[in-house]
Amino acid sequence: MPRFLIDRLLQGVLVLFALYTITFFLAKAMPGEPFTSEKNISAETKANIRKLYGLDKPIWEQYLAYPKNIITEGSFGISTSKGRPVIDIITQSFPNSLILGLCALGFAIGIGVPIGILSAVRKNSWIDWVCMTVAMVGICIPSFTIGPLLQIYVAAHIPGLKVAGWGNLEDILLPSFTLGLVSAAYLARLTRGGILEVLSQDFVRTARAKGVSPIQVILKHTLRGGLLPAVAYLGPAFAALISGSFIVETIFQVPGMGQHFVNAATTRDEFLLLGLSLFFGFLIVVMNLLADLLTGLLDPRVRHTGGTN
Amino acid sequence: MSLLKIKNLKTYFHTRGGTNRAVDDISFSIDKGEIVGVVGESGSGKSVTCHTMLGLLPQPPAKVEGGTVTFDGEELLDLSQPLLRAIRGKRISMIFQDPMSCLNPYLRILDQITEPILIHENVSRATAEARAIEMMTKVGIRDAEARARSYPHEFSGGMRQRVMIAMALVTKPDLLLADEPTTALDVTVQARILKILRDLKDDLGVAVLFVTHDLGVVAELADRVVVMYRGKIVEQGNTQDLFKNPSHPYVKGLLACRPTLETQYRILPTVEDFLQTKIEEDGSYTLSDHPNAEDRLAKLTSEVNSDKEEKATLTSLLQVSALQVHFHSGGGFLSSPHKTVKAVDGIDLQITRGRTLGLVGESGCGKTTLGRAILRLQETKSGSILYDKNELTKLSQPEMLPFRKRMQIIFQDPYASLNPRQTIEQALTEPMLVHKIGINQSERRDRIVSLLEEVGLGAEFLLRYPHEFSGGQRQRISVARALAVEPEFIVCDECVSAMDVSVQAQVLNLLRQLQQRRNLTYLFISHDLSVVKFMSDDMIVMKNGKVMEHGNADTIYKNPQSEYTLELLDAIPSSSLLG
Repeated sequence: MPRFLIDRLLQGVLVLFALYTITFFLAKAMPGEPFTSEKNISAETKANIRKLYGLDKPIWEQYLAYPKNIITEGSFGISTSKGRPVIDIITQSFPNSLILGLCALGFAIGIGVPIGILSAVRKNSWIDWVCMTVAMVGICIPSFTIGPLLQIYVAAHIPGLKVAGWGNLEDILLPSFTLGLVSAAYLARLTRGGILEVLSQDFVRTARAKGVSPIQVILKHTLRGGLLPAVAYLGPAFAALISGSFIVETIFQVPGMGQHFVNAATTRDEFLLLGLSLFFGFLIVVMNLLADLLTGLLDPRVRHTGGTN
Repeated sequence: MSLLKIKNLKTYFHTRGGTNRAVDDISFSIDKGEIVGVVGESGSGKSVTCHTMLGLLPQPPAKVEGGTVTFDGEELLDLSQPLLRAIRGKRISMIFQDPMSCLNPYLRILDQITEPILIHENVSRATAEARAIEMMTKVGIRDAEARARSYPHEFSGGMRQRVMIAMALVTKPDLLLADEPTTALDVTVQARILKILRDLKDDLGVAVLFVTHDLGVVAELADRVVVMYRGKIVEQGNTQDLFKNPSHPYVKGLLACRPTLETQYRILPTVEDFLQTKIEEDGSYTLSDHPNAEDRLAKLTSEVNSDKEEKATLTSLLQVSALQVHFHSGGGFLSSPHKTVKAVDGIDLQITRGRTLGLVGESGCGKTTLGRAILRLQETKSGSILYDKNELTKLSQPEMLPFRKRMQIIFQDPYASLNPRQTIEQALTEPMLVHKIGINQSERRDRIVSLLEEVGLGAEFLLRYPHEFSGGQRQRISVARALAVEPEFIVCDECVSAMDVSVQAQVLNLLRQLQQRRNLTYLFISHDLSVVKFMSDDMIVMKNGKVMEHGNADTIYKNPQSEYTLELLDAIPSSSLLG
């Protein structure tokens, strides 16, 4: 197990470095610089600002300086558009996105998995048909449609619910529901497929031949294996959920992290862009690792016992 | 009174393609403590019979169209699901063919064995566990207490089947339905499992319905035999009588088409030599003795395989020395592999042009790896492969190309080795294009048609896809594909293992005829000693990547030198009745 973890963490570092390299050069390839759109500044001031941010140095020095600063000072640079350390921006906005994402995940699992199980058990019945059609529609409708619909038809009619805003506990409800719905639909389809796959296997017939009841066949013999595809999907999906969504945050006025991704790109805020990308990459790496560990927990055949199996 | 009585049972499958009468009006019974063998080829309805009894068939498409299954005075087909569940796993247990897939990979062995006890009996978990461990010991699992905490993937195939048996018998059922329980196992493992079943049957007094395609297993195990063909019972009776004096032409054919260690004919009889099938317009059919069966058989058996010595003076085609193939596993990113499997561990062999070298061994012995290594489909670690005076191990893959034309391979599974998206014409054209055979497509098509005819198929199959063929036909297509580049050497890797004996006889005969006609050289790989013996001039017995014994095929069978060969020969079920 430790061996496996060390391997995976080293892999993760490499992945992050590759991500950094790609993001860095893509950012440099964008036309213009952080301050090209600023008006009314003299060439001298501009040169000073560029110097302050280290943008005057040769490109390969800049390329090496950023990771060096992360390691030696724990600094992800200063945002050129906001003038604040990138790390502050992340630590301020990430908790909001995290809460939103966690609740969205709750909705996704709470809705998606039971629907998937129900569909699989009642395969090819009208229940299955309705569930899967709803799931398909759920995947197809974008959140910028569902969000406003919820605002108009739910928030406006239920006292205590605000159309937008962030601060009270109940404010989490609608944005997280909106955010989780697409994942719920995906999960439902994955769960259904996974369970049907397991149900067709020989050991399920063995269980039935032993006299196991239909409910126990699902709960005891099918569910663990059937959830594996869903778990594999949830790793990266969870990372995406908690790192914020520009659309949902904008619709419901949530001060989350998603808006910064878009703003950083449009304002050519290199350091913010790099910091956010690396942070997102880090979340993906960690969540994938967690998903793999969870898979090992569910499936004894892939358990990581230091390579002896 | 009999324990189980099946009367006029009919189970049909209704699909869009029509109605398949999987089980069509069959009647037989089992007494307490008796072993009844149900024999039949794939699709004969033997498994469907078992599944019907326990209500395990998916309905639809399956439907019981009539008949009764009376178990200890109770009518099983009329029982409600909860009442039937109370019988399943308690009074009637079942074990299945593939122990790899029939155990739940996510649950510990102990939980799976105790499950039927906890469902059917009102006992504490501790009692159930104690009984499960006792049963595991009974079926020969050593150190049962510790092993019970493991998962199925930590057991070998034979051990898993023991677990299945323990799980089935732990509730002390009256009847055990065993559906091909040893088919997926090696012959030595099969021998051990059969012994366990026999001992436990005496010990617990359980009656066994043993379903199998293997006549040898039935002859060894069963008190009575039921032979099924196309959903009907064609013959049933006492094992001794039925094997000694079969009356139905199908049974006669089935018994004759199976190569035994004593078989000396050049060409095997097939079921068609005995059986004449007349199909009526409404789809029903009548089976009768083939009018010339006696003559045909007499002619076949008179052609004793006598050409073995004539070829002895011919030249060597392939010479393999000290060949090693290792596999590495385990390890991960940055860490070196920590496990090395010596799949082929220093093999020497020699094949004479125009002859057949048989390679026999149990699963995991490295026989397939060796075959692939000779064709350079598998990287070798060391050693030499001298093919017609050329050292193959030194050649790059492009330099191998001219040799690929001369050396071909036929695989075990004709379902998996033909591309489902290619027509037969495309599948056979491809190798010709690679080796630039034929000037244009019409010439190639002519060649393909003559190849298809040579393997017993016709031009009408050119534009069909693999799924439209039966297993035997597909293997004929694989043979034709191998022949398309006019090779001189063919590796036959378990190429009849997935087939019914009647189909196996046809494919073996085909390979024999082709060898004679085209002076082909074969490396014939199989786990089945009788088949290897029938096909080979010389043979090699392999175990753990090493040669155990090497020599003339007849001599080895008559006078085995290594202990392992002896063990393999002993494990072949009951050759005395089938002689």
